Amino acid sequence: MTDPNKKIMKDNTVILHTAALALLPLQLLFSVFLLLRGHDEPGGGFIAGLVGAGAVVLYLFAHGVDATRRIMRFDPRDLLGIGLFLGTVSAFPALLRGEPFLSAQWWIFDLAGTEIKLSTVLVFDIGVYFAVVGTILTVVVSLTEAEE
Amino acid sequence: MSTEVALPVFIPLLAGVLSLMLWRSRKWQRRLAVLATGLLLASTLWLLRSTLDQGYVVMQLGGWAAPFGITLVADLLSAVMAVITGLIGFAVALYSLGTIPDRHEKFGYYPLMHLLLAGVAGSFLTGDIFNLFVWFEVMLLASFALLTLGGERAQMEGAIKYVTLNLFSSALFLSAIGLTYGLTGTLNMADLAYKLSQVEHTGMVNVVALMFMISFGIKAAAFPLFFWLPASYHTPQVAVSALFAGLLTKVGVYALYRLFTLVFVGDTGYTHTILLWSAALTMLTGVLGAAAQFEFRRILSFHIVSQIGYIMLGLALFTPLALLGGVFYLVHNIIAKTNLFLISGLTYRLLGSYDLKKLGGVYRERPGIAILFLISALGLAGIPPLSGFFAKFLLIRAAVEIEAWMAVVVALTVSFMTLYSMIKIWAQVFWKPVPDAVDATRLRSRERDPGMFWLLTPIIGLAALVVLFGVWAEPLYQVARDAAEQLLNPAGYIEAVLGVTP
Amino acid sequence: METLMAYAIGVLFGCAVYMMLRRSIVKLVIGLIILSNAANLLIFAVSGMTRGAPPLIPEGLQLPEGAVADPLPQALVLTAIVIAFGVLAFSVVLIHRAFEVVETDDLDQMKDTDT
Repeated sequence: MTDPNKKIMKDNTVILHTAALALLPLQLLFSVFLLLRGHDEPGGGFIAGLVGAGAVVLYLFAHGVDATRRIMRFDPRDLLGIGLFLGTVSAFPALLRGEPFLSAQWWIFDLAGTEIKLSTVLVFDIGVYFAVVGTILTVVVSLTEAEE
Repeated sequence: MSTEVALPVFIPLLAGVLSLMLWRSRKWQRRLAVLATGLLLASTLWLLRSTLDQGYVVMQLGGWAAPFGITLVADLLSAVMAVITGLIGFAVALYSLGTIPDRHEKFGYYPLMHLLLAGVAGSFLTGDIFNLFVWFEVMLLASFALLTLGGERAQMEGAIKYVTLNLFSSALFLSAIGLTYGLTGTLNMADLAYKLSQVEHTGMVNVVALMFMISFGIKAAAFPLFFWLPASYHTPQVAVSALFAGLLTKVGVYALYRLFTLVFVGDTGYTHTILLWSAALTMLTGVLGAAAQFEFRRILSFHIVSQIGYIMLGLALFTPLALLGGVFYLVHNIIAKTNLFLISGLTYRLLGSYDLKKLGGVYRERPGIAILFLISALGLAGIPPLSGFFAKFLLIRAAVEIEAWMAVVVALTVSFMTLYSMIKIWAQVFWKPVPDAVDATRLRSRERDPGMFWLLTPIIGLAALVVLFGVWAEPLYQVARDAAEQLLNPAGYIEAVLGVTP
Repeated sequence: METLMAYAIGVLFGCAVYMMLRRSIVKLVIGLIILSNAANLLIFAVSGMTRGAPPLIPEGLQLPEGAVADPLPQALVLTAIVIAFGVLAFSVVLIHRAFEVVETDDLDQMKDTDT
């Protein structure tokens, strides 16, 4: 643990190093795709969050904690907070219409011929997404920092 | 529309989230803690009011009808427990302002506290057995983190035992849920109550009942599964200890009350006899364990175990009077026990130790604190006119009525030994002079300690309740009587949830 | 298939208890992981298994075509997995911290709070 050269996997392989750079945006895009697909088909916030967190964790293994913190720009704990907040808040709009908590509210409208469906379910799912990404990154980042 | 049944769950949840988002500002977290727990208390009082009016308050979350969706339901027992949750949450939040060190606040003490309260309130109000598991886990995860906050050696050692046994019990709980679903195809408790009575294979029902009993027994710290409790409860910050002591084990007891009055009542001769023996042995082992201890919070921890025995006794005897006594005892015990833990933190602040040998002289220097302790301690032991007297009187009278002499003897003996333990603390901490080696400058100083206000306010409030429920026990008695009546007539509960008469 | 599953669940529970009874805290945590997996598999097996029929309703229909798997146990298992994941993350951090503080992974050395 004291040996400075034993930092986990940093600068170990060129392949991982380069691949992580290319995979990060792709995987993040894929996670957003999964998140929105969860609307009507298999997918959703949880699995998308795992994929999104996986992207950042891969980058972290390849480039180390400092570089990862730089590209993340904000603290994963904030992500966790925002995610949980969105998830909890999505329970309340139902109240305004006099329905039980968590009743799904839908707003469907046309945007240049395409049907756009917005709902509290989507808000909830986005909340789950952020919460999952935030939790995993908080745990992994603090564990990696403890190792280093 | 019955919003009030969801608020006690959503208020602490939202407060926890907001508190997490404000993690940089400890000042705002502290304000939010007091505000949110105050709101929680208010919302639970509202819930109790409507439950008294309507009997049952039901909400089908998301508008999905039972038994397919998740139901939130409050009968009187749930509502009373929710009020106590709000009360203890509020008291502990005030107390935390004066006692929780900065670095604990920085590591998320307040979000975790809110999350724990949400888990506890959710467990009390849910009508779905899998949802009960989820709330249990929410509560446990928050309690794991609270227990290890600070990361001292004793905390780590205690936490490993606590985490292991609680996870084991969760796995057992989950397996039992799986088997129940396999047997009946439903998880809604009201629906289960009806469908389990239709299952032909009664042996299997008993197996599942025992799995639930063991799993809740671990969480309630009943004999012989209580060892995790005295190994861990004295290790964290005293506000955390008090919160755990007041609420966590009681959730296990509540789950026992709920399942063994509503769902598993087909073979009471078998299940409730096991409960009776377990209750008696829990009382005895807890109090004997306490007699051997010389550390303030460890004595109190063993007494949690022994008091759990009394509450289980009410369920095991299974008569209207016994259940009434059990509910009364739950309320009394949570208040008195939490207050004793809070007082142990007060003497720690004054003398810097929890070891009885290193404490002393509090009565001479601060008679007010000594009186507050005496009220709660004698209340716990059951001296009239304090709240514990009626609680014990009701339980023992119920045992006499059905001639369960073993239970009577054990309950009375344990009561005396509780008094012995309380007198021991009184003699060591309050009565004897300050030991020579102890630095008592804080105890003797006449300067005003500004943090003291936050410690004393909840302690005085809870002590006042101990007196109030003793001298003016009638309202609580009536509520407990109605709650017991509802527990013995599950048809009302089933009808309220499912909307049909079975 | 059910018989095979029953044996698998039994073996898993056995392994879990064996691991949990050993002295090392790392093995204790491995035991806990196996235990939660055993419980999940139990839910899955006990509520009846249907092969190759996802509980999805095709577009334009009100009811699924033919027999489908019961979606509820899957939802339960998914929830239980998520919870187990959270608990597992915590346990790993806990044993890591415990090892740092106590400087041993032997449970027999962790008896300070028992007496």
